[in-house]
Amino acid sequence: MINLEEFRSRDLVKGLAAKIRELTAGRTDTMTFMEVCGTHTMSIYQYGIRSLLPPQVRLISGPGCPVCVTPIGYVDHSVAFARLPGTIITTFGDMLRVPGSTSSLMQERARGADVRIVYSPLDAVNLAEKNPDKKVIFLGVGFETTAPAIAGSIIIAAARGLENFFVLTAHKTIPIPMQVLSSDPELGIDGYICPAHVSAIIGANAYRFLAEEHGIPCVATGFEPADVMHGVEMLVRQIVEGRSDVEIQYSRFVTWEGNVKAQAVLRDVFTPVDSAWRGIGVIPQSGLEIADKYAAFDAAKVIPVEVEEPREAKGCQCGEVLKGKVAPFDCPLFGGVCTPETPVGACMVSSEGSCAAAYKYGQ
Amino acid sequence: MCLAVPMKVVSIDNETAIAEVDGVKREASLMMLNEEVNVGDYVLIHAGFAISRLDEAEALETISLMRECLELGQETL
Repeated sequence: MINLEEFRSRDLVKGLAAKIRELTAGRTDTMTFMEVCGTHTMSIYQYGIRSLLPPQVRLISGPGCPVCVTPIGYVDHSVAFARLPGTIITTFGDMLRVPGSTSSLMQERARGADVRIVYSPLDAVNLAEKNPDKKVIFLGVGFETTAPAIAGSIIIAAARGLENFFVLTAHKTIPIPMQVLSSDPELGIDGYICPAHVSAIIGANAYRFLAEEHGIPCVATGFEPADVMHGVEMLVRQIVEGRSDVEIQYSRFVTWEGNVKAQAVLRDVFTPVDSAWRGIGVIPQSGLEIADKYAAFDAAKVIPVEVEEPREAKGCQCGEVLKGKVAPFDCPLFGGVCTPETPVGACMVSSEGSCAAAYKYGQ
Repeated sequence: MCLAVPMKVVSIDNETAIAEVDGVKREASLMMLNEEVNVGDYVLIHAGFAISRLDEAEALETISLMRECLELGQETL
């Protein structure tokens, strides 16, 4: 019988940290590992992982917060939809306070727009069924963990013959951006702490090109503190032994092939497209657009609306933070004008954002 | 956002399961799950969909690998 609480054991974390110190003892080089999942970012801050590591091991945060990497134009688009009469906007909670160019969904809600937080896109489908006279728009933001749920809800809405359920998509996929970042000499990434639940969907094989063609060690790692420490230990071991392999630390939920059923659903509902990442720019084939077959559910295609010209906030370093080039504390706005109560950039809004995690837990 | 929660399946009705963690019960669609699932299994649930089933043998194996460093931790801290 397994006790999943054990992955939070302090003793296991301490033991693994000691192993990392033993492996790096006497080395003068620095190993830089990037995590590309917001839940890892939170976990590393929350459990003080950095404070347990030797100076040779440096952890940096990448573009793992889906709300943060979504361009401001998407927020403006959702704000424009929220202003349309007869519309209900449905979203996961962290989108609500993200500042757009001149407004946010929270501000629109205060002005009377119908904006609702849902736990699942299926809740939005049910809402559409109960409100046939309203257009229900779900904000589809997230990586490969979230995209299958949105794809599933589109399939279910189609099966129920709903004509008033729509999705505004900004889904992103992570492996190609990882390759883009690892080729940036300024970052000097020596290994990736690969996402836990994204990997449950796409499978660890998805990182093989990074390890085999680009020489970057990759370890699919769980979110609990002992998992994170274990993932770092496996990366350190690869560097010490001169290897660059893909390994699975989170083997209790991640396989090499991933969830092939979810992958098939993704291929059915979405088409890979070039996609704009905040702070990074357009990355080829790193986004998911609703396929033509399901175009009737694509809010951007079927609901016309005028969207304002995008304007980024002055001084906000969110883009550089997302690339791991600027630490949250080094942004001139951090903790002064920009706090979770009055966020200037998306990195301070979402609980998964590096700035929000740094503000809450400090380091 | 990508945080899915491991929950224990308490009942199954066609493609929908009820799963529980810390006394909280949630409905989850099984349409996205690759593996067969039974009452008592742990599944990873994200936004109303089960996306992976816990491999208990792998979980125990990981714990035992981690435990190999236990003594080292006690010696040095």
